[in-house]
Amino acid sequence: MSNAVSALQGEVYKGFATVADVGPSGMIALRGDLGAAKLKGAVKKATGVAVPGMRKAGFAGDNGVCWMSPDELLILCPYESAGDMTTALQEALAGTHHLAANVSDARARIVVSGGDMREVLAKLTPADVSAAAFVPGDFRRSRLAQVPAAFWMADDETVEVVCFRSVARYVFDILKNAAIPGSEAGFMGT
Amino acid sequence: MSTRLASGGRHLDRSRSVDFSFNGKRLRGFQGDTLASALLANGQMLVGRSFKYHRPRGILASGAEEPNALVNMGKSGQFEPNQQATTQQLFDGLYATSQNHWPSLEFDIGVLNNYVSKFLPSGFYYKTFMAPRAAWKHVFEPIVRQSAGLGKAPKDRDDDFYEHFHVHTDVLIIGGGIAGLAAARQAAAAGAQVMLVEQTAHWGGRAVVDGAEIDGMPAADWVKNTVEDLENAENVHLRTRAMGAGVFDHGYALVYERLTDHAPEPGLPRHRLWRVRAKQIVTATGAIERPLSFAGNDLPGVMLAGAVRDYVANWAVSPGDRTVVVTNNDDAYRTALALKQAGLEVPAVIDARTHAQSPVIDAVREAGIRIEFGRAVAKVKGRARVEGVGLATQAGEGAVLEEISCDAVAMSGGWSPVVHLWSHCGGKLIWDEAQAHFRPDPDLPPLGADGAGFVRTAGSASGALSTADVLADADGQGRAAAMAAGHKKRKKAGPRAETEIAAPMEPVWIMPQGAGPNLRQKMWLDYQNDVKVSDVQLAAHEGYESVEHTKRYTTLGMATDQGKLCNINGLAVLSDALNAGIPQVGTTTFRPPYTPISFGAIAGEARAETFQPLRRTAMHDWHEKNGAYWEPVGHWRRPFCYQRDGESIEQAVLREVNNTRQSLGLLDASTLGKILVKGPDAGRFLDMMYTNMMSTLKPGRCRYGLMCSENGFLSDDGVVARIDDDTFLCHTTSGGADRIHAHMEEWLQTEWWDWKVWTVNLTEQYAQVAVVGPKAREVLELIGGMDVSAEALPFMTWKDGRIGDFNARVYRISFSGELSFEIAVDAHRGQAFWDALLEAGAEFGVMPYGTEALHIMRAEKGFIMIGDESDGTVIPQDLGLHWAISKKKADFLGKRAQERAHMTDPDRWQLVGLETLDGSVLPDGAYAVGEGENANGQRNVQGRVTSTYHSPTLGKGIAMGLVRHGPERMGEVLDFPGTDGQSNKARIVSPVFYDPEGEKQNV
Repeated sequence: MSNAVSALQGEVYKGFATVADVGPSGMIALRGDLGAAKLKGAVKKATGVAVPGMRKAGFAGDNGVCWMSPDELLILCPYESAGDMTTALQEALAGTHHLAANVSDARARIVVSGGDMREVLAKLTPADVSAAAFVPGDFRRSRLAQVPAAFWMADDETVEVVCFRSVARYVFDILKNAAIPGSEAGFMGT
Repeated sequence: MSTRLASGGRHLDRSRSVDFSFNGKRLRGFQGDTLASALLANGQMLVGRSFKYHRPRGILASGAEEPNALVNMGKSGQFEPNQQATTQQLFDGLYATSQNHWPSLEFDIGVLNNYVSKFLPSGFYYKTFMAPRAAWKHVFEPIVRQSAGLGKAPKDRDDDFYEHFHVHTDVLIIGGGIAGLAAARQAAAAGAQVMLVEQTAHWGGRAVVDGAEIDGMPAADWVKNTVEDLENAENVHLRTRAMGAGVFDHGYALVYERLTDHAPEPGLPRHRLWRVRAKQIVTATGAIERPLSFAGNDLPGVMLAGAVRDYVANWAVSPGDRTVVVTNNDDAYRTALALKQAGLEVPAVIDARTHAQSPVIDAVREAGIRIEFGRAVAKVKGRARVEGVGLATQAGEGAVLEEISCDAVAMSGGWSPVVHLWSHCGGKLIWDEAQAHFRPDPDLPPLGADGAGFVRTAGSASGALSTADVLADADGQGRAAAMAAGHKKRKKAGPRAETEIAAPMEPVWIMPQGAGPNLRQKMWLDYQNDVKVSDVQLAAHEGYESVEHTKRYTTLGMATDQGKLCNINGLAVLSDALNAGIPQVGTTTFRPPYTPISFGAIAGEARAETFQPLRRTAMHDWHEKNGAYWEPVGHWRRPFCYQRDGESIEQAVLREVNNTRQSLGLLDASTLGKILVKGPDAGRFLDMMYTNMMSTLKPGRCRYGLMCSENGFLSDDGVVARIDDDTFLCHTTSGGADRIHAHMEEWLQTEWWDWKVWTVNLTEQYAQVAVVGPKAREVLELIGGMDVSAEALPFMTWKDGRIGDFNARVYRISFSGELSFEIAVDAHRGQAFWDALLEAGAEFGVMPYGTEALHIMRAEKGFIMIGDESDGTVIPQDLGLHWAISKKKADFLGKRAQERAHMTDPDRWQLVGLETLDGSVLPDGAYAVGEGENANGQRNVQGRVTSTYHSPTLGKGIAMGLVRHGPERMGEVLDFPGTDGQSNKARIVSPVFYDPEGEKQNV
């Protein structure tokens, strides 16, 4: 089977923060009643992660579960696992009203890392990404400049961004321009 | 003549000289100069010509309120007009030219206007150029355009780039004078997150220049200590060169930071627009000094008294050897002292007040300076610059008692708080009789979502004019802002200053008060737009009672400075002419930005490659490398066709159509919307969304469907595939995916919230390729995998399976009339799949085809296209799509609307095919004319062309159009006049030109 390639094919830019394409990454959109025990159990069983609270994300190993809206989760996993995990969720939730869809190929996943990575985001998103408001475990579904995007902190120096595949180039370029050395605002740096 | 003083200048670094150019002259200043201070230091008092009369103009102010000293900055890609010399810091290689002069600044033809200014009063254009009507366009406008206007618009692409920065904070404090600093330290002490911004490069504002004492130390020391403390506080962010540009609802404010204007650095952003969301905003924006309205108050050498002090203290610039001070308040006496201390002469302080007593007046008297109470400047002597003033009594009509020769005039008409930012979002003002200014009414602040005020003012911006009052107010406001933002940790002792004893100011709106018409015609109110006292009085006499109307009639305050200096003076003159009180006349509206900000800063990252997000399919790069001629479709780029070497676009399109019809074509159909709809109520939901019945569709099968708006108009179309009992995949048009998904969600979330339906937009999950043409099945069989035979996969069905190495979902649908498979694979493998099809298809002569070939083939088949046959006013019934409108369903979106009388009118234009008699191509959008004319004398029309192409398959022009009673008029010939004057005759035919039985697609 031919190899899957992400839209950005592993591109990396090193500015005052580093912007890097993660490559093919597993993602599942799950819509349903997030409060239902059956859904909570199915998610936990499939991913090892509990359903997170509003604007939160939880992680276990390679898997993550992110709160997208009161009735939608974004599940993160290795690219190769997404198909099976989608099927597993569908089977576990059979008989309950839900929608689980593999959206791995519909997205791009980009990592922004380095001391001033918050400033790269702050140039592009209206969400509050200061250390006081946005820490590991938080998840934001917002926008970057003109397109929708969601992001979360993997650790204190790393933020991960997902956007639609078709605008991966655009998002990479705006992140890159925002990370040009010397353009630090000195506002959120560590 | 102005010059540089031998010593002093607290902003200057005399060890670093800076070369710059003004109107081609090479000049030298120091690091720390502004362009204005450097020009003055070089004796360059004349900096521009006025807008209307081309009068010589000099530097009037020292900051953001400057109306005259506007220059063109830079060249070509860095060219920018209307830049204030007073806020532009000097840098090595700065290149500036003056504006609005021809042929040169010193000798200007337009100044002739000055001598006929009697005949160019306000409203002159309106009155003169009314008739004859055509004369405006051909005679007057070109002349006015030639002689009017300040800066020229840039012609080149901006070389620089810009950025935004979003900040959320508790308290935003705008203005870094002592008020802003005092407010910041108290708000910080309370524990609030504070952002403090200052438009200039320096903290401390006027207090430092004016020699205030705070907490027993010189203001400069207090400022230095306070800034250090704030810099060390973790909860405070300080920015200089950052101007509060606007305050908006919900505590949103824009701050305009000029990053490299003072030291250009090509690789870095030039401006940064801070988009601040603050819980509380404190505007510590200070006050602006008002000019006095005396004749000749616009001559180079006449300056604001405060600005004169600034130039002496900050940049060691002497405005001239002899400066006359003219005032109606105590503050200008400080200028007299500053000049005297710098070793310069002050021949007189002319004070319009009949008497006044205060320590600062005593100090001036003790310094040996002559003080003339109850006196006025009758007029300023000089042509291109100040040579002297005529002294008169303020109470009189301007008879000159004595001439005092001088090089400069320092004037002060009192101080007006900068209320702009307070007012942007609805803060109200009150008239302060004692100070003769409008100041913010603290009881009527701009209100936030909670009904509480979210803006406060501090210091001079509140109307406090003494150091002690400024500090007390700012300290309290800083604390109050922090508390309103939810912080009250600690309260520091406030900074203190001695109470000052000042004599009351006395409002002076015209000097002398009884000046006759000759003098009033030389009293400038609005320097930038050349509006004089006489113009405002004329407006009042002509019946303009509203200040907003007078503003527009005279253009008072409508220039780039938005009347920072002239608003109060102008409206005082107006209220006097109307015999009404100033508060009754009121002010004009204050609108953001405070001073002009660059378009680049507003656009931020939206420039060049990232001007708009460009959506790319998985095969985008391949298309680009293979001659794609792009067409924008929504934010996508789709190949219109693939041009080969030496091929025209038309030739490429014809080749693509022919090859697809005769052998094998590939279309990147990835952009088609794909919305997954799932749930027990999914069928019921789609029955409402579509005009046709979707709930009866069998799993494994496809159905073409139409969507209408609630008003019945055709909105989108596409093929629906039923995946299983609960699940449908709805294809939408390329441009419609996001809109239709939002449309579905809106109905689900607002109207049918209890229906069990989930939707997910899967558009981008798949790369989709249409494999089209007689060899389509053969190529798939060659690649191998799932059974794609007519038996296993009949027309209008779909199947999951494998094509070669790829997991694929194959739809037997056709938009071309040919045998066609639309195959969806995972987007990350889209390019590989495309490559595999090209490789396998080589032996069949496979060629990719673009959107134009797609359009032609669908038109040959008579298939409609959303956006061509529909335009928001067309209903499916107009297009002969009755078969796709269910009559069994009780309801669907648009059903009731389509029963309205207008929708069922048999006279509605209906879809037909059109065939030119000579085989040519009808012009797109052309109208078919009918008999007679309408009420406007235009030809009556009876139809129009919606799609028109040359059909390579049929070898002639084909078109679709909407024609009144069209389907009943087969064979009739219509006349379509073109815009070229030619008439095009076309016959009404069936819209299906190619394979009407569908034998080719159903094999």
